[in-house]
Amino acid sequence: MLYREAGQFKSSYAADQQIFPIRQDRIAVGAVLVFAFIVVPLTADQYWLSAILVPFLIFSLAAIGLNLLTGYAGQLSLGTAAFMAVGAFAAYNFLLRVPGMPVLVAFVLAGACAALVGILFGLPSLRIKGFYLAVATLAAQFFIVWALTKFGWFSNYSSSGVINAQKIEILGYRFDSPLSKYLLTLSIVAVLALAAKNMVRGTVGRSWMAVRDMDVAAEVIGFPMLRTKLSAFAVSSFYCGVAGALYAFCYLGTVEPEGFNLDLSFRILFMIILGGVGSILGSFLGAAFIVLFPIFLNSVAGPLEHAIGVKLPAGLMSNLELMIFGALIILFLIVEPHGLARLWQIGKEKLRLWPFPH
Amino acid sequence: MEQRRIGEVILRLEDISLAFGGVKALSEVSFDVREHEVRAIIGPNGAGKSSMLNVINGVYHPQVGRITYRGTQRQQMVPHEAARQGIARTFQNIALFKGMSVLDNIMTGRNLKMKATILEQAIRFGRAGREELEHRRKVEEIIDFLQIQHIRRTPVGKLPYGLQKRVELARALAAEPDLLLLDEPMAGMNVEEKQDMCRFVLDVNEQYGTTIVLIEHDMGVVMDISDRVVVLDYGRKIGDGTPDDVRANKAVIDAYLGVAH
Repeated sequence: MLYREAGQFKSSYAADQQIFPIRQDRIAVGAVLVFAFIVVPLTADQYWLSAILVPFLIFSLAAIGLNLLTGYAGQLSLGTAAFMAVGAFAAYNFLLRVPGMPVLVAFVLAGACAALVGILFGLPSLRIKGFYLAVATLAAQFFIVWALTKFGWFSNYSSSGVINAQKIEILGYRFDSPLSKYLLTLSIVAVLALAAKNMVRGTVGRSWMAVRDMDVAAEVIGFPMLRTKLSAFAVSSFYCGVAGALYAFCYLGTVEPEGFNLDLSFRILFMIILGGVGSILGSFLGAAFIVLFPIFLNSVAGPLEHAIGVKLPAGLMSNLELMIFGALIILFLIVEPHGLARLWQIGKEKLRLWPFPH
Repeated sequence: MEQRRIGEVILRLEDISLAFGGVKALSEVSFDVREHEVRAIIGPNGAGKSSMLNVINGVYHPQVGRITYRGTQRQQMVPHEAARQGIARTFQNIALFKGMSVLDNIMTGRNLKMKATILEQAIRFGRAGREELEHRRKVEEIIDFLQIQHIRRTPVGKLPYGLQKRVELARALAAEPDLLLLDEPMAGMNVEEKQDMCRFVLDVNEQYGTTIVLIEHDMGVVMDISDRVVVLDYGRKIGDGTPDDVRANKAVIDAYLGVAH
């Protein structure tokens, strides 16, 4: 089937404004969802589920969060991991301290806590922009991790702030197995990704992009600067907070504040740079790339060693990985600042015309 | 087409003085704008024309002076408050949202009329979806009016200059303003594009009854389409009146042609 919209006529604005206006896109998204919800659970083994797919989904969610703030609203943030930490510790504390707290409610409240913290650290954005704002969010990164370590209350006075995520139980069903955790994560991520897509094609998304592209004009046309920027920080941090809660509850099980360090913030920033700044799809592509690439590299290394008959030093692979990442990020920034999502889009545009050149 | 009737004074500026440090951009400028009229502000480069518009919609705050808009007197305006009060504008250097399509750019002009909360928009339930459709209809009217149907999906960054100017006008019109401020709407256009733009400006004025304040350098255009003209030079008002009055004004001729000392 060709990727072409010829013959698909829209006779109402509702049809024209639907989330995926092209039929082939709708089929593709449906296929991906069927694959993720049905095929994967039937075929994937434990390793794939718990070590690759779950972190991929969680990072995608965090990347969506950062993308809403940086890609759509144009506010560079280096505090992503800290907002995730707020989510993880908030969910832990809600479940610990409020008897009978349902897990999903705790996740939502964790996101809300992260949103509040995000608003607080977003306040400087009203005065400063660009790199200076990035430095201000860096303060959030260090302050939050410090506060979670320093004040024992957050981790229920465990040593060095380590928390053990509680068991997840929803309506009497225990989410113990990797498969059940995968499905839970997938459901939450799918719902939130859909919500993000809806937001960016609504007024709030337009207000973010307006502030990103031309802030004076945005204000003149009636978007209040304060509310627009802070709403971007709030929504972004909500997503990061929920991602953080999932990171603790569905992926690692045991987390400490130090786990949410600047490295993690940068990893998520790299995901959106590689995947595509200002694209929901790009958040998934970037997360997939960063999660899968090391695995790909390792699987290539084995046969390569075998082929050339030389044993590569153990440290080489991990260093090589960093070097290739660095090179790729520079390459993307120069060649395709809008990342994999833009490449994908160019491919689609070409396909729509293929085999004709224009 | 309804007969255009010039009404009462809608906006009155009194003794506006604006300085940036030691540089006086505007000194004691006073003028008024009547409902439904086309009011031009002209003057040589650096005369303070754009500053004047920025004062009207609150981007700049004058140190001295009073602004009376629709009977309410203020010392200064605030941009989004001005927008709420029905003031829209275009910019001298196009200030479109480059990453967005023409349609989305024009939709931003409707933002003050959309009330759905973020949560409603996230699930696109009830009001959110309905509003998008209602306002899309209005936006399409404006797209038809300005004849830009063929580019509605194009990202504005890819459009030629003349069309970008037109999209910017569309975005301002989408707000259905009572008072429209146009900062050099025809700068850098060829004769044909200028004619089109003049037509659009006059149509807006006639069909919607929008009051228009415009800055323009093309004297032919100004004299043809405006009802009254304010002339600024070095931040001071040197002339005010109908195009014919201004044309005959000695100070204006001196400012434009220079004067032998």
